[in-house]
Amino acid sequence: MRETAKDLRNDPAWIRGMTQPRLSRRQVLKGAAGAFAGLGLAQFIAACGLPGTKDTGWEEGFDWNAWWKEQKQHDELNIASWPLYIDTENGRHPSLERFSKKTGIDVKYSPVIQDNASFFSQISPVLQNGQSIGYDVIVMSNGWQLTQLMQNRWLIPLDHSRLPNFRKYAGTVATDLGYDPDLTYCAVWQAGATAIAYDERQIDGPVDSLEILFDPKYKGKVGMLSDPDELGTVGLLALGIEPETSTYSDWKKSAELLTRQRDQGIVRQYYDNGYIKALQDGDLAVTQAYSGDIFQANNAGYPHLKFVIPKEGGVLWRDNSVIPYHAANPVDALEWINFYYDPEIQAIIEDWVNYISPVPAAKPIIANQLDDPAVADSPLIFPSEEELARLKEYPMTETLETHEEWVGLFDPIIQS
Amino acid sequence: MKSRVTPYLQSAPAMLWLGLFFIVPLVAIVSISLMTGNPIDGYTLTWNFSIFPEVLDQYSPQLGRSFLYGGISTLLALVAMYPVAYWIAFHGGRWKSLFLFLLLLPFLVSFIIRILTWQFILSDEGLVLGTLKSLGLIGDDAHILSTPTAVITGLTYDALPWMALPIYVALEKIDRDLVEAAGDLYASGYQQFRRVILPLSAPGVYAGILLVGITNIGDYLSAQILGGPNTTMIGNIIQTQYVQNGDYPVASALSLMLMLALLVCVFVYARVFGTRTIQEYS
Amino acid sequence: MAGRGTPDTARPVRARPWTRFVLPTYVFAVMAYTLVPIAVMIVYTFNKAPNQRLTFSWHGFTTEWYSKLFQVQDLTQALFHSLEVAVISSIIATALGTPAAMALARRKFRGRGLIDLVVVTNLTAPTVVVGASLLGFFIALSVPRGLLTILIAHVAFNVAIVIIVVQARVSGLDESLEEAAADLGAPPWVAFWKVTMPLILPGIFSAFLLSFALSIDDYIITSFVAGQTLTFPLWVAGAVKVGIPPQVFVMGTLIFVSGVLIALASLVLQRWGDHGDTVRT
Repeated sequence: MRETAKDLRNDPAWIRGMTQPRLSRRQVLKGAAGAFAGLGLAQFIAACGLPGTKDTGWEEGFDWNAWWKEQKQHDELNIASWPLYIDTENGRHPSLERFSKKTGIDVKYSPVIQDNASFFSQISPVLQNGQSIGYDVIVMSNGWQLTQLMQNRWLIPLDHSRLPNFRKYAGTVATDLGYDPDLTYCAVWQAGATAIAYDERQIDGPVDSLEILFDPKYKGKVGMLSDPDELGTVGLLALGIEPETSTYSDWKKSAELLTRQRDQGIVRQYYDNGYIKALQDGDLAVTQAYSGDIFQANNAGYPHLKFVIPKEGGVLWRDNSVIPYHAANPVDALEWINFYYDPEIQAIIEDWVNYISPVPAAKPIIANQLDDPAVADSPLIFPSEEELARLKEYPMTETLETHEEWVGLFDPIIQS
Repeated sequence: MKSRVTPYLQSAPAMLWLGLFFIVPLVAIVSISLMTGNPIDGYTLTWNFSIFPEVLDQYSPQLGRSFLYGGISTLLALVAMYPVAYWIAFHGGRWKSLFLFLLLLPFLVSFIIRILTWQFILSDEGLVLGTLKSLGLIGDDAHILSTPTAVITGLTYDALPWMALPIYVALEKIDRDLVEAAGDLYASGYQQFRRVILPLSAPGVYAGILLVGITNIGDYLSAQILGGPNTTMIGNIIQTQYVQNGDYPVASALSLMLMLALLVCVFVYARVFGTRTIQEYS
Repeated sequence: MAGRGTPDTARPVRARPWTRFVLPTYVFAVMAYTLVPIAVMIVYTFNKAPNQRLTFSWHGFTTEWYSKLFQVQDLTQALFHSLEVAVISSIIATALGTPAAMALARRKFRGRGLIDLVVVTNLTAPTVVVGASLLGFFIALSVPRGLLTILIAHVAFNVAIVIIVVQARVSGLDESLEEAAADLGAPPWVAFWKVTMPLILPGIFSAFLLSFALSIDDYIITSFVAGQTLTFPLWVAGAVKVGIPPQVFVMGTLIFVSGVLIALASLVLQRWGDHGDTVRT
């Protein structure tokens, strides 16, 4: 029968057990053999090393014009996008169906992108190996991952001669891209504004400044975004610094401001998208927010949540359709891009997705033909020129070093 | 009867699978953690042992926190579930298996759904806090979400069945005659419990603690969904480094350290408290 | 031979007020506590959702989500992926693990300690580490990540579970039964199939169920090795950001209910097994 713990200390057998060497010679040998085998295996694997992304894209100076001339439509298209980012009715996508009917292209739509970084980490090894990722169009937000895709030459430049609708109907939201000024690769799918959302029931008076995010009065009820780009940029804006021309010392000031905000206990949490739930549940009084989320929340029974672009400004980010290198059906991809820049189609999509539309001409169509003034008149979907002017872009980090500097400043604030 | 080779043949397929898809990747982690480089130029093995102290230095708060939250939630689960396991084993009667299933039932539902509902339940004006606030028991400003409390609640909740099971199994095996004999020797109910049942259930308790502790220390979902700033656990860091930053050496080094720390705990534990294989009681 | 007595028929520990009232109340309170999130989930499957996204503010009662269960194609596909992987990986894990468990339970052989170590390490390795190491492994070998890699990963962690569960079952068996069969002239293979197999079947079944449950619910490891393929937990985690459709909760409810039914069935099977166990020589 087993002794209780108290008796063990007096038990000679136990004492013997505890003080005698536990390892017999054979065990040591076995252990050593195991360790050697393991290390040998490690050496073997290591000899392969892990390859980098250098020189795995298309060659510089490649004649894309000639290449495009040779491409044909294959009547097949694979799109990768974000969940709930296209019109959906009873499980079907009307815009895609109209597209198939008009062009005869068979579409497979995969809403598999949940965030840029994890999607990029999936496709990057494949692209590195010079293989197709299986999609002809992917939708990536502007940021470090898109920058890497462009710099590694893992994207196929668009043939704008085949995009007449884009030329005719794309608004400044789609044409004024700081990260791709010549529109070489990107055709904006939707855009969004990041600014402030607040709960009317908890905060009186007009909210028009970023200062409210740093106000100790709302300690513990302020939400911030966990994306380093969003977080760092709002700090810059709050200090009155233009993100697009900011320098490393500016970034440090932003980091200091944000660290102070955190140390004062003002921030409740750094959210990726979960802030909307917290806001709805009343856990937050004010938070950094995306325009589309608030619009949808207003429709879902939370009309007391307001979105506002403060006087210091907000951020305009875009989700871009791009064609990855080695895509199997590039012409079909262009057909799709051209198709959704048609105002009528854009109206259908926009009416459902509720983010910022790249096609201003869709607005009257939504108002009249689709009879949805709530969407048509909303500044969250068709912002005015004045509002657009107050929206900036993230600072572009164009090299690995600067990216690491940026991330190195803001990651520790988010993940302490 | 059966040849001497049979056990090797029987275990070979399983061992091959585990060897290839578990051991080898783990060894690869050792190798990767010693590499240096960057995503653009690639990584090469440079036997960079200095990464370990660097990483330890930078992330020791998160490591410590993981052990703290893991430890607390394990303890809570133990205290909560031991009486339950005890009651089912000794007083469950014919309905034992039924009770056991009732206990495990909620965990049939996807863990992600459970965490989401917890988010709702623990929200500031939700089921728990809303009620407490309207009863005036706590201030209007109180919140649980985004605090360590919420994370620990999430961790403890998920640990409950894993703690209950091994304890139950151990208690089940206890020969009732021993308890009865103790009673015959004038032991009171309490003494029967403390001197007979409790020690005999020890292996189950240890197995439960190990199982739950290890799972919880390495967890990142509770912290991600229910936590806030200052509740980041080492699992979150590993995940971020791997997936978002693509910093394989750092992520691998962290994984290795976590695993070694856990293995050390396991072996110290097993050494001090008994040498039976954990298997028998899990 | 001192009768061990199955606990069911043993004389119970003396009941006292502590055990008659306080303890049971506590136990049921705990069980209720574990069921709270489930109850919340079930309640909200009946909530109207104007945006087709689940919301916790009450909009009115409806059963429409049950009829529109498969409307969100990608969710349905993710669910099927989860089910496929769970079934196949559990079958493979059970097939691999059962013989290993038998070897471990019955005989002492030289590799035993090492195998024990590997199994224990597998069980105790934090899932983040397992997932991350497998990802690194697949990347280094340029294995495309998808359903196959998910399957491989799930079998890897399930095998250890199967070994543990079946081993526990096998070591409780009386070997003399097999010996008796042999004495009666049955060759070892027949003895195994006709005598041992039926006895350990409940254990194998439990192992299968356990690995099925673990596989379906796995998030962390799957998130590392899934590539762009989505399983149910992955899809839901991703959709949380934009708002999950009510169908998710409906599926959870249905899984819960079918789990209850399967559990009850397994209970019945176990009772059959128990009867076989206690045959005395």
